[in-house]
Amino acid sequence: MLSIKNLRVSISGKEILRGINLEVKPGEVHAIMGPNGTGKSTLASVISGRDIYDITEGEIIFKGKNLLEMSIEDRASEGIFLGFQYPVEIPGVSITNFMRTAINEQRKYHGLDPMPASEFLAKMEEKKQMLEIQAKLANRSVNEGFSGGEKKKNEIFQMAMLDPDLAILDETDSGLDIDALKIVANGVNKLRKPDNSFLVITHYQRLLDYIVPDIVHVLFDGRIVRSGGKELAVELEEKGYEWIKAEMD
Amino acid sequence: MEMKGIIMDGISTSFNIKDTLLKLFDDNIGSLSEKDTPEIAEMRRKAIAVFARQGFPHTKLEKWRNTDLSKVLNHDFSFPMEPQTQDVNFEEIFRCDVPGFDTHMISQLNGCFIDRGKTLLQANTGVIACSMAEAFIRHKDHIINHFGKYASISDNGLTALNTAFARDGVFIYVPDNTEVEEIIQVVNLIHSEGDIFVQPRNLVILGRNSSLKLVQCDDSVDDNTGFINSVTEVVLSEGSRLDHYKLQNKNNRSALINNIYFHLEAGANLSTNAISLNGGLIRNEANVKLNGRGAHADILGVYLMDRNQHIDNQVFVDHAQPDCTSNELFKGILDDQASGVFNGHILVRQDAQRTNAYQNNKNILISDKAVIDTRPFLEIYADDVKCSHGATVGQLDSEAMFYLRSRGISMENARMLLMYAFAAEIVNRISIPRLKQRIDDLVKKRLRGELSICEQCVLHCSTKEQKVVFDIDMSKV
Repeated sequence: MLSIKNLRVSISGKEILRGINLEVKPGEVHAIMGPNGTGKSTLASVISGRDIYDITEGEIIFKGKNLLEMSIEDRASEGIFLGFQYPVEIPGVSITNFMRTAINEQRKYHGLDPMPASEFLAKMEEKKQMLEIQAKLANRSVNEGFSGGEKKKNEIFQMAMLDPDLAILDETDSGLDIDALKIVANGVNKLRKPDNSFLVITHYQRLLDYIVPDIVHVLFDGRIVRSGGKELAVELEEKGYEWIKAEMD
Repeated sequence: MEMKGIIMDGISTSFNIKDTLLKLFDDNIGSLSEKDTPEIAEMRRKAIAVFARQGFPHTKLEKWRNTDLSKVLNHDFSFPMEPQTQDVNFEEIFRCDVPGFDTHMISQLNGCFIDRGKTLLQANTGVIACSMAEAFIRHKDHIINHFGKYASISDNGLTALNTAFARDGVFIYVPDNTEVEEIIQVVNLIHSEGDIFVQPRNLVILGRNSSLKLVQCDDSVDDNTGFINSVTEVVLSEGSRLDHYKLQNKNNRSALINNIYFHLEAGANLSTNAISLNGGLIRNEANVKLNGRGAHADILGVYLMDRNQHIDNQVFVDHAQPDCTSNELFKGILDDQASGVFNGHILVRQDAQRTNAYQNNKNILISDKAVIDTRPFLEIYADDVKCSHGATVGQLDSEAMFYLRSRGISMENARMLLMYAFAAEIVNRISIPRLKQRIDDLVKKRLRGELSICEQCVLHCSTKEQKVVFDIDMSKV
């Protein structure tokens, strides 16, 4: 699904990622953990195509295609979804319009006609129910005036609508109370399939109680310094990141 | 052909329009003043003297530093003094294809009122909508009480010029305690064989506790050069309420100077919204005097300009009495080599305690060559006052662009959605649902580049609707 080899990335001359290697297979859930400022969000943005970074070395291959040569929107149409840590407010544009535009642009990329209105509405309804989202949310402007929890739920809703092959969730748990966290995690679990993959970026182990990962990576200072099973997350929680730091030194 | 340049009031042109106008005034003073009271005849003479002294505004004047009229004045204009109705198919022009947006439509051709034989539903309750020419004869009391009382000629050469030649335009009167149910829509059309210079003069009077919804549309029918020097005086008596919209969709060869003077008495409530979608040069001057306790004004505007278009919004809010509130918000998007000006002047006089005034101007520049000059000016003489102002100039938010594109939306459509979202704040303030929907459509069309200049009123745009994905608001299904 996703293969990252020796990825080095800098911004304004400062190197953030210093040789990342990562293999994600279909059906897998990978967690990327690590202290703040180690490059977790940079990795998420680079995979999605944000163009403020300098890729100095390495490659990202997604479903056999070279991602680094693709625009942001083409990557999305190829099946990459990024759940934002800080979703952006877009006043005046309803979530319904936003999703319809996104779905139809992705369909256009694949040479398909726009989704008929009735089918689209049925899909909205289905996903809303699945994720326990109130109807009123969909008629409001994208993220405008949303609480932190509503914004994150809206990200999961968008993910459900766009049905990506690889979903990257960037600190989706930050700023959520336990109830919102459960709703978000339940949503992710319901969307897990044998042929799609997740990259869950988180600072805390808490989220991983609900979204159980197959593989946990620890990102430290721009490198993946340790990978293991779900028990690695528990160990990290117990010993703290100081433990990794001490080992590095 | 090489033409001899003439220096006219610091403006260099090939045609001396100022002298032409002064001569035109002398030649026509008899017919212009025919129906005048002695006071109005005197006002005309004073006004033409002001214009003779000041001439057309030029860029050495502080208020005109960034709006240069020399190019748009450099034409061999004709100056219609009498109404013309030749070769215009009104039924064609006024064909209405906006379902549900029923208005009482008043049309003006080249600054002159066209009587289409339509009567207001509430005419029998004393509501009047007629030509100024008629008002000068049949509604003399109102003219004597209000004409020229708010549009100050001493400091504005263009208003002075308009006053000197004031002859036709629209007159609206709403009696006390009357709510006008119909939306009154004034469509100002310019249609001529050659370059034309027109000066409509309007007067709107709202009696105590009355209310009115007024939509003014400025459109071009053809591609000829037009210079419109329009002056509108609006009186809001105690407790009255006006919901006012200006829609501007002019050809690139037109210049539109739109001076409006709002006078609000105690408890009056004004909402005015200037929506500028196209035009070679547009200057909107909104003068708002809050002249009684508890008066409130919302002064809003949105402008979408590109190519070499120029938009200039001048807002002057005069807090003359205590306990008044005003709220200004202008938002604009400028692309290509378009240029814009926003000057917001708030004056809080000494007695105007507990004033609450807010002003904001937000701009997005799409290209490197687009420019905006925005300046707030607060002049405060009272001590118990809440005033705030702000101005922003920026590009489209790159974080938001990334967000939209990360969902698969193309760069072009993402830009359009963000521009639309930016303008939506003003469009959403339109309180007439059908009008809001229509303007919303027009803004989308404009952003897609489909709306250049309609052949018809912006509200009656005959361009075929195109289904574009984000155009469909599923929430309304």
